Amino acid sequence: MNFELTEERQMLQDTLRRYLREKYDTATRNKIIASDAGYSAEIWSELAELGVIGALFTEEQGGFGGKGFDITTVFEELGRAGVVEPFLDTGVLAGGLIADLGTDDQKAHVEEIIAGSLQLAFAHGEPTSRYDLNRVQTTAKTDGDDIVLNGHKAVVVNAEAADMLVVSARESGEPGDDAGISLFLVPADTKGVTVQGYGLLAGGRAAEVMLDDVKVPASARLGDAGKALPAIEARVAKAAVAQVAETLGAMETATRLTRDYLGTRKQFGRPIGSFQALAHRMSDLQIEMEQARSSVINAAGHLESDRAIRESHVSAAKNLLGRAGRLVAEESIQMHGGIAMTQEYELAHIAKRIVMADHRFGDTDHHLERFIALSAA
Amino acid sequence: MDLSYSDEEKAFREEVRTFLKEKLPKELSDKVRGGDELGKADIERWHAILNEQGWLAPNWPKKFGGAEWNAVQRHIFEEEAAAHHAPRIVPFGLSMLAPVLQKFGSKEQQDYWLPRILSGEDWWCQGYSEPGAGSDLASLKTTAVRDGDHYIVNGQKTWTTLGQHANMIFCLVRTDKDVKQQEGISFLLIDMNTPGIEVRPIILLDGSAEVNEVFFNDVKVPAENLVGEENKGWTYAKYLLTHERTNIAGVGFSQAGLTAVKRIAKAEMAGGKPLIQNPHFAARLAQVEIDLQAMSTTNLRIISKAAAGTAPGVESSMLKVKGTIIRQEINDLARRAAGAYAMPFASEAIEGSNAGLPDPLAAGPVAAQYFNNRKLSIFGGSNEIQRGIIAKVTMGG
Repeated sequence: MNFELTEERQMLQDTLRRYLREKYDTATRNKIIASDAGYSAEIWSELAELGVIGALFTEEQGGFGGKGFDITTVFEELGRAGVVEPFLDTGVLAGGLIADLGTDDQKAHVEEIIAGSLQLAFAHGEPTSRYDLNRVQTTAKTDGDDIVLNGHKAVVVNAEAADMLVVSARESGEPGDDAGISLFLVPADTKGVTVQGYGLLAGGRAAEVMLDDVKVPASARLGDAGKALPAIEARVAKAAVAQVAETLGAMETATRLTRDYLGTRKQFGRPIGSFQALAHRMSDLQIEMEQARSSVINAAGHLESDRAIRESHVSAAKNLLGRAGRLVAEESIQMHGGIAMTQEYELAHIAKRIVMADHRFGDTDHHLERFIALSAA
Repeated sequence: MDLSYSDEEKAFREEVRTFLKEKLPKELSDKVRGGDELGKADIERWHAILNEQGWLAPNWPKKFGGAEWNAVQRHIFEEEAAAHHAPRIVPFGLSMLAPVLQKFGSKEQQDYWLPRILSGEDWWCQGYSEPGAGSDLASLKTTAVRDGDHYIVNGQKTWTTLGQHANMIFCLVRTDKDVKQQEGISFLLIDMNTPGIEVRPIILLDGSAEVNEVFFNDVKVPAENLVGEENKGWTYAKYLLTHERTNIAGVGFSQAGLTAVKRIAKAEMAGGKPLIQNPHFAARLAQVEIDLQAMSTTNLRIISKAAAGTAPGVESSMLKVKGTIIRQEINDLARRAAGAYAMPFASEAIEGSNAGLPDPLAAGPVAAQYFNNRKLSIFGGSNEIQRGIIAKVTMGG
């Protein structure tokens, strides 16, 4: 047993933490959130230079990491600082799928991704799919040498900035069938692609993506026809692990801010942390933090395991982080009082990141049911 | 024991329903249902409609132009108003300042200020909290120094709800620093247009701008704007807080919220079926509905006592705690029900861009409401303060 980070990962963590502490304060972040793009191109390329994206890919893919603990090391730091830049979408999800499934031509994009010069989005969820990965209604019909896509993709994060979209579509079967789903690499400016964008409550931007007779060559297909679901599931597992690590980092910040506040805020002539009613609740948060950290480690450590074990740990982590995250966010706000309700105070954004994480890749309830189903199988 | 309403109460409910159906403008109820922020004109419009009916001040005695409803009638009105998505009555002038003026104000003050509250001529806001005085309100530092026939006010207030619309503010100010904290506080009425006052909005985490900071720099206030006696303000403040706690349980809001959750959960699909049929979600929903049913009866039990003339004491603290827990749980369920469509930022999702988007998104800015309503357990005496009061009373500490 060894719970220490390797030397390389420790270095990456230190570098990232130092950079973000210096460059990514609340005022800067609030400006980025309010900007039209919703992210900072400067921060993006500087973090790419520091190796943030490279750490998400394996050596054979052209990166220098790609394992569970590489992903958690990066995202815990991004979460700690409340970073809104779309590393998850470009780096882990869409970029990862290209690296996993692409032909040599398609894989050539990975170099640009790692360099920070390509933005991507994964257009998968739909208005009625909720959190089910196999409920794809968007259709892909072969038309000679071309493929024609039609459908509506919901809440596609980073779609406006994306140069290319990785789009899932059904070539056969019914929504809810595992077989029949394919992935396509679609340049964002392809005719028939409409991107209807909006800001997100926790920062960043997303869009409804309408596909209206979108024609792409058959060579745009990523991987085999109709067999994409296992690859999607494995990638979403990595994204979910990245996200729970990000949430863990944000929870660290929330508890740190709350601990500091309880020690300095005085009411009735003494620091409010000296009131036992608050001190005990702070202790509960510390206990839940340890639970959350262990759960993230479990999920990251089993990312390379067989599907059933991997997915069971992913669902466990999403369920636990959903619960512990909500508790930490709500209690941190409550123990701060009004100040935590203001956007200019760091905790406001951090709390939103923590709570809204529960709305991607399945919430606590979804993953509780999934954990039960996987355990019974 | 009789759990049903009397015939008179039933008739009253019908009268309220008819009024709401006929007089509540659809533009306003649509905004409330959709979770849109109401503008000043919206609120003034609704106040004027209620005033014409004689229902704007349900708790005022008739001699001041109020409806003089008893607690059960007020409860019925609040329940129906929430069910019909009526705007909330802005309470600062009507149910916070007015009772204080009616009990402690001079005849001149009553004659001058009370009609202006009903007519909407004055929009009041509350100057209580300060950056260093939240739960510990009595530690407030804003000073008022007597100078001839004026007071000179210096200091800062915060969390001033809708202060951006107000032309008047009632303030707790320190008029004596050398006595016990509670004994050196006075209650002062201040014109917001006086030189030296600055209002700065505070942007909240859900993007809303409903609260403000108010700064006072050598603000000259006529001495006749002192309510009651100098240094007796704490007594008046406490009296006001007991009035702030009417409708503290928010039963009507919770019931309307529960209806909204069900609407979202019927439209949202999970595993190919409406979410409301999902056993796990249904169980969560049932749990909070059971809690709400019980609390609604607790509320009515306390209201009946109040209607019989007994002032609610520790019970209002209990209702505050349980009522806010239930409302916040319902907000959490609404957010959860909306799935990925809870993620879009409220104002953008609501204003225009949701045309053509599926129903859950059109159901309202559920996540923004969830975050905004974290305030419920913080303001008006935080739930920690309420638990302290309950403990003190029930354990005789």
